[in-house]
Amino acid sequence: MRARGEQWLDEEAGPIVRPYALIRGRTRSSGDNLDLIAMVTATGSPYTGEAGLVPEEHRILELADRPMSVADIASEIDLPLGVVRVLLGDLQDKGMISVRAPAHEAGPRPNERILKEVINGLRAL
Amino acid sequence: MAYEPSEEPVALKILVAGGFGVGKTTLVGAISEIRPLRTEEVLSDRGIGVDDIDGVEGKTTTTVAMDFGRITIREGLVVYLFGTPGQERFWFMWDELSYGALGAVVLADTRRLTDCFPSIDYFEQRGTPFIVAVNCFDGAEEHEPEDVRIALDLDPGVPVILCDVRRRASAKVVLVTLVEHALRTLTPAAG
Repeated sequence: MRARGEQWLDEEAGPIVRPYALIRGRTRSSGDNLDLIAMVTATGSPYTGEAGLVPEEHRILELADRPMSVADIASEIDLPLGVVRVLLGDLQDKGMISVRAPAHEAGPRPNERILKEVINGLRAL
Repeated sequence: MAYEPSEEPVALKILVAGGFGVGKTTLVGAISEIRPLRTEEVLSDRGIGVDDIDGVEGKTTTTVAMDFGRITIREGLVVYLFGTPGQERFWFMWDELSYGALGAVVLADTRRLTDCFPSIDYFEQRGTPFIVAVNCFDGAEEHEPEDVRIALDLDPGVPVILCDVRRRASAKVVLVTLVEHALRTLTPAAG
């Protein structure tokens, strides 16, 4: 984790712990294909493994207490998307989060009712 | 406590494309809360030669910072706006971004109209509904939308509108025009 209070390194220097150290150098996981707007929700299942969760995984579980998109989670925890996808894949494999693919995977495009609602909502902004 | 929604949340994705410096981020910022997103991507062959990686043995990833915006229509219905990275070497990200997108706004600057050709080709080929929004920069000559349509050789069904991406009201019109267009493509009888 980056020490936010101590600014002896600027952003350009990158995080003190390289992001890929968090995920033990892996770049492939079951989370690879998670859509940016897929919705992640914590299932509330207890952790049963032995290795323990990394702090970032705890943070994801907190954030996903209510459904949250992959993009929002990545932005909140300020880690590269690729790293976040690996963490999400791990949590999904452990049954601790459920991931709901965006509406388009259920059909070609969002339905008419939703689009009309979006149009009205945008006009009302 | 498990979250129990009354209805499954729906997230929709709109892309904002166009040449570098055309106002993509300004448009997203005018209408939504902007959030940063870091991506660290494996360098494609295209990237090599652009990035100077001599002396950085083993460096195979590059960091791409991008912004996205979020508009909450109501609880459980959210629209995300993603700006597509302008430089050609980031085109590998477009496929992911455009997958399942509701539609795209192609921002055009009449002083550099050719900059939006690649975006238009891309969305035409993928069948993604799109509109062209001509950003009227200060000092840029005003053009009629019809002239822009001819210059870009667009299908008659593709909406072309003028806009000022700094203004929220104008950004709203842009998005409404796109979603209305996407709705028309859903119901071909109305086309």
